Amino acid sequence: MARIGVFVCHCGENISATVDCGKVAETIGNLKHVAYSTEYKYMCSDPGQTLIKDAIKEHNLTGVVVSACSPRMHEPTFRKACAEGGLNPFLCEMANLREHCSWVHEKNELTTEKAIDIVRTQVEKVKLNSALQPIKVPVTKTAMVIGGGIAGIQSALDIANTGHKVIMIERSPSIGGHMSQLSETFPTLDCSQCILTPRMVEVAQHPNITLYTYAEVESVEGFIGNFKVKVRKKAKSLDEKACTGCGLCTTKCPQKKIPNEFEQGMGMRPAIYVPFPQAVPNRPVIDRENCTYYIKGKCKICEIVCPTKAIRFDQPDEILELEIGAIVVATGFDIKHADFFPEYGHGRYKDIIDGLQFERLASASGPTAGVIKRPSDGEIPKNIVFIACAGSRDPAKGIAYCSKICCMYTAKHAMLYKHKVHEGKAHVFYMDIRSGGKNYDEFVRRAIEEDHVNYIRGRVSTVFERDGKLIVKGVDTLLGAQQVEIVADMVVLATAGVASSGAEDLAQKLHVSYDSHKFFAEAHPKLKPVETNTAGIFLAGACQNPKDIPDAVSQASGAAVKVAALFSQSELTREPLVAIVNRTSPPTYSTCVGCFMCQSVCPYQAIEREEFKARDGKVVKTVAKINEGLCQGCGTCVALCRSKSIDLLGYSNTQVYAEVVALLNEY
Amino acid sequence: MKFGIYPGCSLTGSARDYNESVFAIAEAFGLEFTQIPDWNCCGATAAHNLNKELSLALPARILALAEKNGLEEIIVPCAACYSRLVVTQHELKKDPELKNRICEVIEMDYRGTSVILNVIEWIDKYIIPKLEEKIVKPFNHKVACYYGCLLVRPDKILNYDRAEDPQTLDIVMSKIGAAPVDYPFKTECCGAGLSISRTDIVSKLSGKIIEDAEHRGAEAIIVACPMCHSNLDMRRPDINKYWKAKYKIPVIFVTQAIGLAIGLPAEKVGLKRHFVEVKIS
Ligand SMILES: Cc1cc2nc3c(=O)[nH]c(=O)nc-3n(C[C@H](O)[C@H](O)[C@H](O)COP(=O)(O)OP(=O)(O)OC[C@H]3O[C@@H](n4cnc5c(N)ncnc54)[C@H](O)[C@@H]3O)c2cc1C
Ligand code: SF4
Ligand code: SF4
Ligand code: SF4
Ligand code: SF4
Repeated sequence: MARIGVFVCHCGENISATVDCGKVAETIGNLKHVAYSTEYKYMCSDPGQTLIKDAIKEHNLTGVVVSACSPRMHEPTFRKACAEGGLNPFLCEMANLREHCSWVHEKNELTTEKAIDIVRTQVEKVKLNSALQPIKVPVTKTAMVIGGGIAGIQSALDIANTGHKVIMIERSPSIGGHMSQLSETFPTLDCSQCILTPRMVEVAQHPNITLYTYAEVESVEGFIGNFKVKVRKKAKSLDEKACTGCGLCTTKCPQKKIPNEFEQGMGMRPAIYVPFPQAVPNRPVIDRENCTYYIKGKCKICEIVCPTKAIRFDQPDEILELEIGAIVVATGFDIKHADFFPEYGHGRYKDIIDGLQFERLASASGPTAGVIKRPSDGEIPKNIVFIACAGSRDPAKGIAYCSKICCMYTAKHAMLYKHKVHEGKAHVFYMDIRSGGKNYDEFVRRAIEEDHVNYIRGRVSTVFERDGKLIVKGVDTLLGAQQVEIVADMVVLATAGVASSGAEDLAQKLHVSYDSHKFFAEAHPKLKPVETNTAGIFLAGACQNPKDIPDAVSQASGAAVKVAALFSQSELTREPLVAIVNRTSPPTYSTCVGCFMCQSVCPYQAIEREEFKARDGKVVKTVAKINEGLCQGCGTCVALCRSKSIDLLGYSNTQVYAEVVALLNEY
Repeated sequence: MKFGIYPGCSLTGSARDYNESVFAIAEAFGLEFTQIPDWNCCGATAAHNLNKELSLALPARILALAEKNGLEEIIVPCAACYSRLVVTQHELKKDPELKNRICEVIEMDYRGTSVILNVIEWIDKYIIPKLEEKIVKPFNHKVACYYGCLLVRPDKILNYDRAEDPQTLDIVMSKIGAAPVDYPFKTECCGAGLSISRTDIVSKLSGKIIEDAEHRGAEAIIVACPMCHSNLDMRRPDINKYWKAKYKIPVIFVTQAIGLAIGLPAEKVGLKRHFVEVKIS
């Protein structure tokens, strides 16, 4: 006979403020089959758990209902406590009195009544629970890092240094990400390339890292420890082993008028190109969309000049099928461009540029060799205006969030400008200066006090051109909202940081959540910032939200530790809450009629065919069988099966029915 | 095709020129109007500054009258009236309780089914498709298209042009042969309702709009709002006095320009009623 124990938690005052916990415990205690019922202030605390363990032994309990918070929060805690008390952990259920009751209702009798009802359903359910054993699955100890910016690089190196294999997938021809485009970096003004390039080389040379550039994830199947990932290696039109990286092809390619992505469109590149001199790998790719041969069928000059005969025009894309244990997503961010700012004339006037373009102008390896020249006529601007929060913190633009990095890089830009153009004037329009970070505010103060950058607190309404000058109209809110008009030679917009293109698509392939701005979503905003809600997939860097290099790197190392912890286990245990197709004695074998409708709806490809053979080897029946390693217990097949042959362990039809009946019946 | 038209206070008064041009081109394109019978004031700026219910009830009554008279599509040439009508329709759609309350106030049924068009939308939908074949005298002039504050706003509700850098008027003008200049003052304030009470402010603000248009070599400022027109045209003497200038650039309604392009005489489209002489044709 069932002997159920019920433990009602106050959750401090979270539950007890609106629910009469004493009354709940007492009422439930009077139910049939309830052998023990009590209340306590914090069930999840040590004494609370001990209370449960002791009661299991003392009252010889066959099932436990903890009436507390959401099972998402503490189900593992209480199941563990039950196991320690000698009860199979799957004989423990939670009744959610907090999220489903106390938090959403006023204090009154009805609320307490509802709490009692919630507990009753779980008492009825747990009576029908059966003892289940966890499922063991193996772990493939190879990690995949998607995206080769600084975050991806850091994660890959950290994982590789723990002795595990890493496969890095980068979609552009080189790793490095945005950091490779930066000139100098706040708050120290050290050269970005100088600190990044050694890391890039380390990735390429690390014995545990396999790098695939010009590659993208096609599909992801499987689950933690056992992902199957298909990767498309786009054709580089090149035999990478034969190519020595001499660069002859890139200098001889006659098609030289393609806007250079690395220079943010401020320079040109040939059709066969290496994105930048320090690129890793330092091998060219042919951009087929712009190559004369692919467009017109003629040219092949690169093939003719190549001393090692490395060019392969007919190279196809290659699909790699990889077995992966854990995935780190590090696909970074983008910034808003031209057409987003018609009111600032961006995209219409050449001398209105964005922050990344300014980085290239200020970079010694950039199109102007580090001299700040304006794009229209190459003149050095005497008056330069920086506009912070361009697009960010502007609900009317659909971007309510703060992009976090632009206050700092704007201060950096103004400083770099002043260091290069001593007689020039730099103005910054800002909403607030957000410079939280080690040595960050000091950095901004330096821009204002030592480099005499003119900070104006207020927004800019419009920028337009008149007689070759840019007129910036704004307001100074510290001077009684006075209107200001600055006649500038160049304007730099600190445009909003946004999700990288293709982020939504990738998130869907990975089955991880993303927010309304298409940034990847962490599993918990405070306590699980590097996890996603899909086990075995972690986040690093600006793919989660705009962040600076120190933050991106810290998170990347955090993700690496999570991967290393996962790989330290030889097998993983999974909750056995999976579906099963019933089996009966021959000649029926199962009530399953073999329609395999379930197979077509299972989102995890977990349903297989099982054949039953007669003695002569003839197949007499084929029925469905569920691979418990793949099944995620979503229940779709259960709902679909017309012959009611499938049930979900832990959530069987009879259990759910018992819950419903409990609600319908008086007690 | 028959439309309802809501003239508001200006079209039969200070903006007769606008009214004449709207009717003239409609006739040329075989389009007819029925004035919404017994129409009332839209509430203008005053109502929504004083009393929210009143500011919704006045336009709601107009729309209810249109519904009652079977006018499914109504054109509202005045940008300010247009804004009041569109905002009311939006607010009442959003909040059924408020809608019921307003119906009580106006003692009429209101369903919110009318399609409300401003002059540009109307041109886009009914004039542009047949425009090319009718053009006899392309309007080959450099123009500065001035939208003012209400024509494309509030953008959340209208959603048919970019609030900060609108394009629709420029597109219409290029279709009749004009060359719109890059004009940053498109949506700068002209002084609006201060036209009567603070002509000094209107002179200051409208002066800048006019100066920049002339500076960029525009031969005319194109508008689609009676209020903008009176500030830029009727107040020109005040503006010139304020800025000690001699701005001569004429201010032409988009409908007048279309009228000229399809060969209508200047009188027919009200061009002789302007304060600043219109020499281009
Ligand atoms: C103008 C500007 C100035 C800045 N200055 C500074 C500074 O001075 N100091 C500082 O600390 N920070 C600065 N930052 C911030 C810095 O750029 C970021 O913190 C950093 O680049 C984040 O690194 P990440 O690896 O997360 O992303 P990214 O640098 O964006 O790298 C992401 C990588 O993933 C790849 N990728 C994207 N999608 C896919 C996909 N689907 N599959 C495969 N690969 C993919 C991309 O090609 C890229 O290589 C600045 C940013 C800007 C815009
Ligand atoms: S074939 Fe293409 S990549 Fe090669 S040289 Fe010609 S244009 Fe350049
Ligand atoms: S010429 Fe040949 S070897 Fe040299 S970089 Fe080009 S492909 Fe490589
Ligand atoms: S970091 Fe600064 S500039 Fe960027 S959005 Fe936030 S407040 Fe604006
Ligand atoms: S419950 Fe059924 S549909 Fe869902 S994952 Fe398992 S087998 Fe597939």
